[in-house]
Amino acid sequence: MVAHLVRLKLTLLLNGLRRSVWQQVGLAFAALYALGLLVLGVVGLVALSTQDVALRAGVVPAFGALLVLGWWVVPLVAFGVDATLDPTRFATYPVPRRSLLVGLALSGVVGVPGVATAVLCLATVVVWWHEPVAALVAVPCMALALATAVVGSRATTSLGAAVLGRRRVREVLVVVMVLPLMLLGPILTGLTGVVTRLGAGGVDRLGEVAGWTPFGAAWAVPALVAQGQWGGAALRLLIALVTLGVLVAVWDRALTRAAVEPTGGGESARAEGLGWFGRLPGTPTGAIAARCLTYWRRDPRYSMAVITLPLLLVVFLVAMPGGGMVVAVGPLAGMIFGWTVSADLAYDGSAFWMHLSAPVPAAADRWGRIVSTLVVGVPGSVVLTVASAALAHRLDALPALLGMTLGLLLVALGCASVVSALVVYKARQPGENPFSTPQGASMAAMTSQLAGFTGVGLLASPVLVLGVVAMVRGSWLLGLLTLVLGLGIGVVVLLLGARIGARTLERRAPALFAQLASF
Amino acid sequence: MDVTAPPAVRLTGLWRRFGTKVAVGGIDLEVPAGSFYGLVGPNGAGKTTTLRMATGLLRPDAGTVLVEGVDLWADPIRAKSLFGVLPDGVRLFDRLSGRQLITYAGLLHGLDRTTAVARTDDLLRALDLEQDAATLVVDYSAGMTKKVALAAAMVHAPRLLVLDEPFEAVDPVSAANIREILTAFVASGGTVIVSSHVMDLVQRMCDHVAVVAGGRVLAAGTVDEVRAGSTLEDRFVQLVGGRSAGEGLEWLRTSSASS
Repeated sequence: MVAHLVRLKLTLLLNGLRRSVWQQVGLAFAALYALGLLVLGVVGLVALSTQDVALRAGVVPAFGALLVLGWWVVPLVAFGVDATLDPTRFATYPVPRRSLLVGLALSGVVGVPGVATAVLCLATVVVWWHEPVAALVAVPCMALALATAVVGSRATTSLGAAVLGRRRVREVLVVVMVLPLMLLGPILTGLTGVVTRLGAGGVDRLGEVAGWTPFGAAWAVPALVAQGQWGGAALRLLIALVTLGVLVAVWDRALTRAAVEPTGGGESARAEGLGWFGRLPGTPTGAIAARCLTYWRRDPRYSMAVITLPLLLVVFLVAMPGGGMVVAVGPLAGMIFGWTVSADLAYDGSAFWMHLSAPVPAAADRWGRIVSTLVVGVPGSVVLTVASAALAHRLDALPALLGMTLGLLLVALGCASVVSALVVYKARQPGENPFSTPQGASMAAMTSQLAGFTGVGLLASPVLVLGVVAMVRGSWLLGLLTLVLGLGIGVVVLLLGARIGARTLERRAPALFAQLASF
Repeated sequence: MDVTAPPAVRLTGLWRRFGTKVAVGGIDLEVPAGSFYGLVGPNGAGKTTTLRMATGLLRPDAGTVLVEGVDLWADPIRAKSLFGVLPDGVRLFDRLSGRQLITYAGLLHGLDRTTAVARTDDLLRALDLEQDAATLVVDYSAGMTKKVALAAAMVHAPRLLVLDEPFEAVDPVSAANIREILTAFVASGGTVIVSSHVMDLVQRMCDHVAVVAGGRVLAAGTVDEVRAGSTLEDRFVQLVGGRSAGEGLEWLRTSSASS
């Protein structure tokens, strides 16, 4: 049974690769990236093995704890858990619970991050080659550490999924979880500062502390054995074993519940009346704009942008207090608002059939989306620009900043109108588990984003250059010129983009729909 | 029925390939105006692909689609205003409430707001969705979702309705309501094309039927012509083949498992 599950995971992985070129490219990149990190890690470990015992005993648990913690937490906030073997799919088969757990855990190692971690764990054994006994002890301990990492990630995500089963909770949490991600930079900067202040002796302390935590205990066992502290080693081993036991129990419980209580449900949302449909003109363009505006509020994928942008301001303030970079928030907001449209069709998904089967001119589709984005984006980015200028005490540079913000917003909108008619990719649908990543999406998405960003940057560059010069010189006149130039270039690019986008969409709409429907 | 009127839909030589698999391999079909046309076929027969090509959702590799004489793929905007569609296996803009979704469909088809709103109310009542008009479609059950999509297909009062599996997951009472609405629609001169696996339903409801399998039309005509004296289901099985009568599953018989 266990072997079956592992083989199933491998087969799914290979079939996925056969289905899409993007996935092959994606896997190649991931493997390359992992290989780079792996070489770096192994070289580091080998270099470490020549150092004296105290340093090794400090570094290994600290590093190990970080690795395990990464396994537990990162799927919650970033990549999502790999849902290829969704435990609920086995609910109807009489698979013994034990085999299911072991099989799912082992299949969790199959994959780029799993294999990389396994190799890294194995390489850690090398660190103890001076002390053969410790090296011998390290082998089972590293297996234990690997199990703690993999089972831990399953436990936290299945626990998370159980809590997040209800749509409302899930949508709120998706937004909330972006916070720590956005604050990651400042947090890391702060942490680095703390570590540097601790110095060499600090690393020992860090290792000591890490060794007592559930994440680092397994790594500390060989370290203590190497130093001849058998009692301490036994204690850490106990901690590590209890940790794994608790994780298995938690995961087991979550699995049992997931099998009988499918996610979903919860109270349903209501929307009385017609909302935006009653306010905007009753034309196809107006209707599409009204629909998009409704989505800006109700679809977390859009509302997230609105909520996170003010946070961006806070992040910049925290990360660079007193720095002049705060004023970059305004133009950045313009760019982000405008660029959202590039994902519009991908976000619509197969629901796009409603536009396609109706006699809607492609231009109405483009302009509806553009108008809705302007309604949200212009006030939003202008308010952020003014706020950031006020916070940075650079209200004198407001015309230049507004020129850059609005220029970027309009240029990005124009470019995005073309891009979204050219490329669609599989986006996470609004109701889907935020912890699962859509397969084969990232590369197509990334390539189109990269090309689009470059285009926006090039087209907006005159405005940006002029704006920066105006700000550095403190010239009011140049600032006004930036505003005029930004609006001028922006409007031209937007008009052209809408036109080219409409013509492209007219030609490609059925092909795009076929692609969207196949996801 | 007006003899001089062009057929509601005429498909000629429709082909579509996905990769190496030919999903639809040369379908010719004429749907007379004012008919209630059933499209039946086993799973994977190409029904959905055919209907998507006939409604402008999927570009055929070859062949033409004429809707009331208008070439759909040459003049899509004009042709698309003539029919309403209920596709199968696609999402809806489900963050809208039921009322908003139907109104949206109406506005997309160029209705003015007053008309769209009035018809939305009528449709909500007729399909028994009034209670849930303000609920977001994402929270609808499968049957309610089908009904609201059907309403969205009818709001612009088209003369042709193309419905892919309209009765799937719909409860018997709602199905009876929908059938009644569709029958009245045909009686007043409209044309309906439905795809289904339920032969019994098609035999009772439709006056014309086409049997599709392997991307080709095996038989087409009035229901009486196609079934040729037997029931539609028997005729269908005879045409499509592939009945195995459960041989080779002796071990499944509970009586033999008494040991």
